[in-house]
Amino acid sequence: MAYKDEQLIEEKVFKDPVHRYVHVKDRVIWDLIAAPEFQRLRRIKQLGTTNYTFHGAEHSRFNHSLGVYEIVRRIIYNFQGREHWNNDERLLCLCAALLHDLGHGPFSHSFEKVFKLDHEEYTQKIILGETKVHEILEQVEEGFAQKVADVIAKTYQNKLVVSLISSQIDADRMDYLQRDAYFTGVSYGHFDMERILRVMRPIEDQVVIKATGMHAVEDYIMSRYQMYWQVYFHPVTRSAEVILTKILHRAKYLYETKEFDFKLKPTHFISFFTGDVKLDEYLKLDEGIVSYYFQLWQEEDDEILRDLCERFMNRRLFKYVEFNPNLQMAEWMELYRLFSDAGIDPEYYLVVDSSSDLPYDFYRPGEEEERLPIHLLMPNGDLKELSRHSDIVESISGKKRTDHKLYFPKDLLESLPDEEKKTRIKEILYGQGELIDANESR
Amino acid sequence: MLTNHAKLMQFFSVANEVTGRKKLQKMIYILQKCKLPFEEKFQFHFYGPYSEELTLRVEELCNLHFIQEEKEDKSNYYQYRYSITDDGQSFLDQFAMDMPGLGNKIAMLKGKSSRFLELVATMLYFDDLPLEENIQKVHTVKPKQKYTDDEIEEAITFIASISDENS
Repeated sequence: MAYKDEQLIEEKVFKDPVHRYVHVKDRVIWDLIAAPEFQRLRRIKQLGTTNYTFHGAEHSRFNHSLGVYEIVRRIIYNFQGREHWNNDERLLCLCAALLHDLGHGPFSHSFEKVFKLDHEEYTQKIILGETKVHEILEQVEEGFAQKVADVIAKTYQNKLVVSLISSQIDADRMDYLQRDAYFTGVSYGHFDMERILRVMRPIEDQVVIKATGMHAVEDYIMSRYQMYWQVYFHPVTRSAEVILTKILHRAKYLYETKEFDFKLKPTHFISFFTGDVKLDEYLKLDEGIVSYYFQLWQEEDDEILRDLCERFMNRRLFKYVEFNPNLQMAEWMELYRLFSDAGIDPEYYLVVDSSSDLPYDFYRPGEEEERLPIHLLMPNGDLKELSRHSDIVESISGKKRTDHKLYFPKDLLESLPDEEKKTRIKEILYGQGELIDANESR
Repeated sequence: MLTNHAKLMQFFSVANEVTGRKKLQKMIYILQKCKLPFEEKFQFHFYGPYSEELTLRVEELCNLHFIQEEKEDKSNYYQYRYSITDDGQSFLDQFAMDMPGLGNKIAMLKGKSSRFLELVATMLYFDDLPLEENIQKVHTVKPKQKYTDDEIEEAITFIASISDENS
């Protein structure tokens, strides 16, 4: 029997808190899960620094990847025999679902920002490079790895296959919303996925939703909206992320100055600092390694690096106030000067963070063909964009959803000896609104 | 601080007015590919390279009243028009932005249709492929657009000339 058709003698199941069971019958899938590049995902948290706010959020990209695979497996089960669905694409869909996040690194959002990396590029490199995953995929058939990479990159010719893994109502989002809700312990994020799976229909180049299932999709969009504001954009998580980003900036800066002698040579980071990260170096870096360095950098001679690492490791986060760049630009410039004069480097200790700095997206109707929206399949066969038919979705699609926050270390300000400067800084900061203690708010 | 916002403001200031969200997306992507320092992350979507980060950043600039968004009902879709406001210009004045070549490139892009810019952006997205494969890829990922040989030829010439502006 060809490797691509090979089935396990006995179906394997993974117990899963979100989907109850993840079922594996294909030998290829079983082998991919066992590959070192996939096992590495166990050591990368799905939500990065969110566990500073929601202590349960310790789940990994491994859990999520299995979840996405399971959802796609169930969708395909429902699609079998339907017009437009070609079951020859089944294994391709399952592999792409399982491997879609393979290139994520530790705290990938911060790493990508500081070191100008792109996890999607690394997903491609892992699938197409000299890896175990590549070897397994090429055993299916020559060129199969490229097909999987194309589906994940959204450049595969069959758009229906792409839209299962990546669209505004895809298996990726359906899994992470439920999984993140479960592990953070919040009550939002839940929706009737079974119902959505039942009303999904394949058409020529996308997955659409039977109009009768609109309310289940409304629930999904509302969950997504709530999760963004309550979990993903949580200001305390952002405070931890701000510090993490500044640690990476500082370590890179110290390395580049060549004058600073690290007590512990940052071997695993050097290629990141120099901007020439080889695949094997990328794969070696996981959250365990990063934490190890942060732990030891608390003993480095550089005061800023030491302080930032100590804050990150012990959750001594920055405080924040709301910030409006339109109204408060002049004050910000004065603050910047005052921080500098007081010996608190504003490059590291006075940070404006905007919602657009975060990697999550909202539902968008995709006007002017900006991006593909969710389409409802009407009884007469017409397609209607969701927000044009649903008042609930329309009402949140038009909402203004942006904010800016100013982060700073209150404890450093309090310890300033110059009372005059301290008073002026506080006047500006606290005049901008209520001071929020990121260490206390949950 | 807000440097990436300021870069976009610089774009709107030079462009004066941009019509269409899709056109805006493709313009910024092409400028990024011409090595102008826009840092928004783009991914390939149904209609070519698209950046959610850019969409959100433009939304933020609108909310701050730095740029003005006008919505026009075009019977079966809405079209958006963007221009910089006085507040936006004051904000921008506080940044020293040096983006050489921006003006010329924007002038080249503004005169083109969003369909054409979608083709150019898509070809640039696959610029690591040899030309023949690149063209083949465009037809594969955009079968419904049915780009003609003439359009593809024009796009190749356009990419060469806008890249030339670079040097």
